[in-house]
Amino acid sequence: MTAQLSIDVQSVSRKYVSKKGQEFWALRDASLQVKAGELFGLLGPNGAGKTTLIKILSTLLLPTSGTARVAGFDVVREGDRVRRVINMVSGGEHSGYGILTVRESLWLFSQFHGLPSKVAMERIDELMEVVGLTEHANTRVNKLSTGMRQKMNFARGFLNDPKVLFLDEPTLGLDVETSRILRSYVKRWLKEKPGRTILLTTHYMAEADELCDRLAIIEGGRILACDTPANLKRTMQDEVVLRVEVYPAVEDASRLAQLPGVLRLVPDRGQNGQQLLTWGLKDDGAIGTVIQALQQDGVRILRLEKADPTLEDVFMRMVGRRLTDGNGQATSS
Amino acid sequence: MATARQPAPEAAAAGPQLGAGGAAAAAAPEPLRIDLPELTLWQRLLLNLRAARARAYVRVVATGRELSWLAFEVAMPILSAAAYVYIYEALGAPPRYTGFVLLGGAMTAYWMNVLWAMASQFYWEKQSGLLETYFLAPASRVALLLGMASGGIFMSTSRAASTLIAGSLIFGVRYEVVSWPLAILAFVLTLSALYCLGMLFSSLFLMYGREAWHMSNALQEPVYLASGFYFPVRALGFWTALGASVIPLTLGLDAMRQLMFGAPDIAFLPVGWELLGLTVLTVVYFVLALRALAAMEHLAKREGRLTLKWQ
Repeated sequence: MTAQLSIDVQSVSRKYVSKKGQEFWALRDASLQVKAGELFGLLGPNGAGKTTLIKILSTLLLPTSGTARVAGFDVVREGDRVRRVINMVSGGEHSGYGILTVRESLWLFSQFHGLPSKVAMERIDELMEVVGLTEHANTRVNKLSTGMRQKMNFARGFLNDPKVLFLDEPTLGLDVETSRILRSYVKRWLKEKPGRTILLTTHYMAEADELCDRLAIIEGGRILACDTPANLKRTMQDEVVLRVEVYPAVEDASRLAQLPGVLRLVPDRGQNGQQLLTWGLKDDGAIGTVIQALQQDGVRILRLEKADPTLEDVFMRMVGRRLTDGNGQATSS
Repeated sequence: MATARQPAPEAAAAGPQLGAGGAAAAAAPEPLRIDLPELTLWQRLLLNLRAARARAYVRVVATGRELSWLAFEVAMPILSAAAYVYIYEALGAPPRYTGFVLLGGAMTAYWMNVLWAMASQFYWEKQSGLLETYFLAPASRVALLLGMASGGIFMSTSRAASTLIAGSLIFGVRYEVVSWPLAILAFVLTLSALYCLGMLFSSLFLMYGREAWHMSNALQEPVYLASGFYFPVRALGFWTALGASVIPLTLGLDAMRQLMFGAPDIAFLPVGWELLGLTVLTVVYFVLALRALAAMEHLAKREGRLTLKWQ
């Protein structure tokens, strides 16, 4: 039996033109296929093109070129149908009208999807229970904390029981416990609703690793790789990942990147004088060379770890900088 | 500082690589096609009525929950009207002028509502990130605007009625109603045309952004003058009053004054013509609003104006 594609993106590009006539390509020739039932992640730093792609798929934005289908419907020509089967949650988005209560607010959004009020109220009760908002059901939205608002936004995304759900940084700015609850519900929802598909954008590596069946690494509007987290990490098996925390920060990282056996060095920007240096090494033999060079530099090694490769390492290898560090820059031999 | 190793060409060029274990490589996936029949007319109507009701609900609820409006939106129009009432009394104008002023003062609630809660609403909702939630849903945008309008009418009617009742008691206004049905018809047609204009504005304001939004400020006071909120518009002269009739309140106020105070001598146009004019304005503004809405949506999606974020 062949898998069915829930999302099919073919060579989609999206260009923005500023008022001064400057062009900016948010997406370049992106192709992507997501099977029904998958939880698919888009992993990339801010400005990589993740949100642009989601907006195109959710009919909020027209592609400059290329085609995209969601649940089999063309997002440009069959937008009406696409909107009947999707929903989206964006992290940090506005939560609605402050004067309404949580229950009223969720009801309001359910009505835009045409849910009969009785059905809507039942779902709202269920979802408020899931996200832990039941006791705040009659609290006005403008009295909620940021975390509670985000929980409400999250619940809103599931109201119409979408076939395809777009989660755009859904845990952005949330505390660890709340994020855990939401991630756990996402997994449960997919399990309980076979055939539903989730496209998740995140720049939290651990979240992508924990949730996604497959993911694409996106940077500068291009999709650089697309595979399961395990397979992506497996591409790093020919390397040794070494993380060293030092004090004070090294002054000239480029010298450390030129050492024999070093494939790559990504220094972070450092905090309170401390700095985390992540090396990609050809083999264990280069570890000693690195430590020796650090000692020669007169820095103190606070922590040293030979680590299993993470998605962040995969990202660093492909892009040359940390996912979470917009300005970080890698050095290599 | 040297840059990092560039992504391997094969990785950069990697299109879709399906599935763990590459199971899909053996059997190419087919596009999913959900059986999703076209909505029937009834289903579509029900969806849009629900959406309109929900959007109206926000404003209906706001009327009851934020009672601060009583102080600002009832007391202030009465105070504004009071100045004109005393001027007219000092000049020895007929008592019905007090009624003219009060009616104009009450109708300011609708003009303010159209400017600040209809015309500017989409723009504000875009700024707050709510607009994309609307456009993501299957409900028609017209339904949302109609909901916004009907909620706004409810909200403004409570303000206008409060102003009218309180003002009538304070200033002892005497009504000489010529025809209740015609007066009600004039009122309904005025609101229809006015809120269709509001729907048109909401798309235009969104398309042209903050510059257009400032139009709300620019339009507020001049329309009080041009539409004759505090005096019979005939005083402006025929051609000026005719030009001002693009704002439905000009014809509406004049017709209502004629019908509620039995004052044909102050008429700009006969009531029949004014009702016809309001009907034409309703149709024209509604059609233009639909077109502007479609154009705005297309433009917004093409240029990425529905949201504030670029990435």
